[in-house]
Amino acid sequence: MVHKRIPTHIIVFLLPAFVIYTLFMIIPLADSLRLSFFSNETGDFILFENYRTLLTDDLWSVRFWGALKNNLIFFAINMAVQNPIGLLLAAMLSRRNLRGSGLYRTLLFMPTMLSVVIIGFIWQLILSPLWGIAESFMDAVFLGQFFQPWLGLEGSALNVLALISVWQFIGIPMMLFYAALLGIPEELIEAAHVDGATRWRVFWSIKFPLILPTVGIVSILTFVGNFNAFDLIYTVKGALAGPNFSTDIMGTLFFRTFFGQQLQLGNPEMGATVAAMMLIIILAGVILYLVGWQRQITTYEI
Amino acid sequence: MLTRTKQQLKDHWAAHIVLLVYGAIALFPIILVVLNSFKGRKAIFNSPLSIPNRETFSLIGYTTVWERANFDLYFGNSLLITIVSIALILLTGAMAAFALSEYDFRGNTFLGLYMALGIMIPIRLGTVGILRLVVALGLTNTLTALILVYTAQGLPLAIFVLQNFMSQIPRELKEAARVDGASEYRIFALILPIVRPAVATVAVFVMIPIWNDLWFPLILAPGEQTKTVTLGAQQFLGQFVSDWNAVLSSLTLAMIPVLILYLIFSRQLIRGITAGAVK
Repeated sequence: MVHKRIPTHIIVFLLPAFVIYTLFMIIPLADSLRLSFFSNETGDFILFENYRTLLTDDLWSVRFWGALKNNLIFFAINMAVQNPIGLLLAAMLSRRNLRGSGLYRTLLFMPTMLSVVIIGFIWQLILSPLWGIAESFMDAVFLGQFFQPWLGLEGSALNVLALISVWQFIGIPMMLFYAALLGIPEELIEAAHVDGATRWRVFWSIKFPLILPTVGIVSILTFVGNFNAFDLIYTVKGALAGPNFSTDIMGTLFFRTFFGQQLQLGNPEMGATVAAMMLIIILAGVILYLVGWQRQITTYEI
Repeated sequence: MLTRTKQQLKDHWAAHIVLLVYGAIALFPIILVVLNSFKGRKAIFNSPLSIPNRETFSLIGYTTVWERANFDLYFGNSLLITIVSIALILLTGAMAAFALSEYDFRGNTFLGLYMALGIMIPIRLGTVGILRLVVALGLTNTLTALILVYTAQGLPLAIFVLQNFMSQIPRELKEAARVDGASEYRIFALILPIVRPAVATVAVFVMIPIWNDLWFPLILAPGEQTKTVTLGAQQFLGQFVSDWNAVLSSLTLAMIPVLILYLIFSRQLIRGITAGAVK
């Protein structure tokens, strides 16, 4: 039997990180999953009963599917607006010999650093009909008549919140695309230019295919971030995610279910069930990314 | 000089326009809030876009904030939590990363994957369990609870990044030290200064979400004595919505430290992002 013991120093190196991580992340996650199989009223083990309630019960399912739908819209807007603009900014920033690119980079990334709480309040003020900043801006371009208190309207609140989120986090795709574009060897681009290709053509035929892996990374980061979002909606609209739950996403549903709100009592078991559903959704996204994207796309060795 | 500027504009005018326009969109809201926080109430509404002058200048918002909210206490809490968490993440993270990159032991790959789980799975999903644990340990409304949770949250990324960096350090260096009779702990201490750039990058990366977090302070430590700046600002703003001076001033107060830190570390941060992706 050659059973080599792991030397003490390795254990000393690994132990602190392992203990803190396991105790405060893995065990709570497992405990939370376990709790989702127990009844809130009786404390009995009821297997998937909570999940059935969440997905099919009249009162619960409305909220769950509503939050899921809103979260998908929130994600779709983020993907559709944030990433193309981020790519555009990165393409401009990565031009060779662009003066002031360092300054642009620093300034454009600034909103990303700020707390979502601050961002939420700033935009609330700007869009407020009381202060009238947004309205007078629209007036200046003769669009004043179209101004509405968008954050307060059921039809537009979620879209506006998604755009605020885009405004804040655009720095992340911008930086990741920027880094990927900088990594493309100059000779490749030179050669294409010599052959008479336009900048536009070079970008879409050479650069873009080369940064496809980054498109995937940006997408999965957006997905995980959006399905874990909470702070912005809570700051601007509160835990009830009004008007009439039109801005309710998984994060706010989780918080409300777990802690209760107004007449509704807090329910750790159902909260754990919502969290487990979020985990399933996020894992599904990550797996889809790993097998559906990362394996499929051609990665060029450069 | 002039011709170079001309050439630059000729080549890149479109890029400059796009970047300037977006730069204005990115900065306008921030500047607007800071500017108006130094004005009296009337000026905030009558001339929101002008720079405060002798007539409109006022610090009334700041005095309200100072009197009504313990922002100095909140700052202290946020600072303490962030610094201690980062120190713990970097120290324990570097130790684990060193063990994972340096030694070939059974379960090495598995352990690496186990620690990396937290990069993709948000720690928030375990909140129900975390709160139960914190209650069981008697740590509700303590900074300790937040520090431990943030340490667990930051470790996966820290270990992942540091492990990558450490595995690039030439073997000869460590072997030479071993021949000289250095202990493994001594070798770890020798390696640390070499990976300093990576350590700094990790520090900046894990710092931002800790400082800005609303979720865990709200759930684990909502008491007055343990409030962080983010939670304090959120609740203060919620109470004082109609006091525009106070709202604008507290927003400015909450932003300034982060922006200063960002301007100091932005090179480090941006280099970190770009280095990671370019390799």
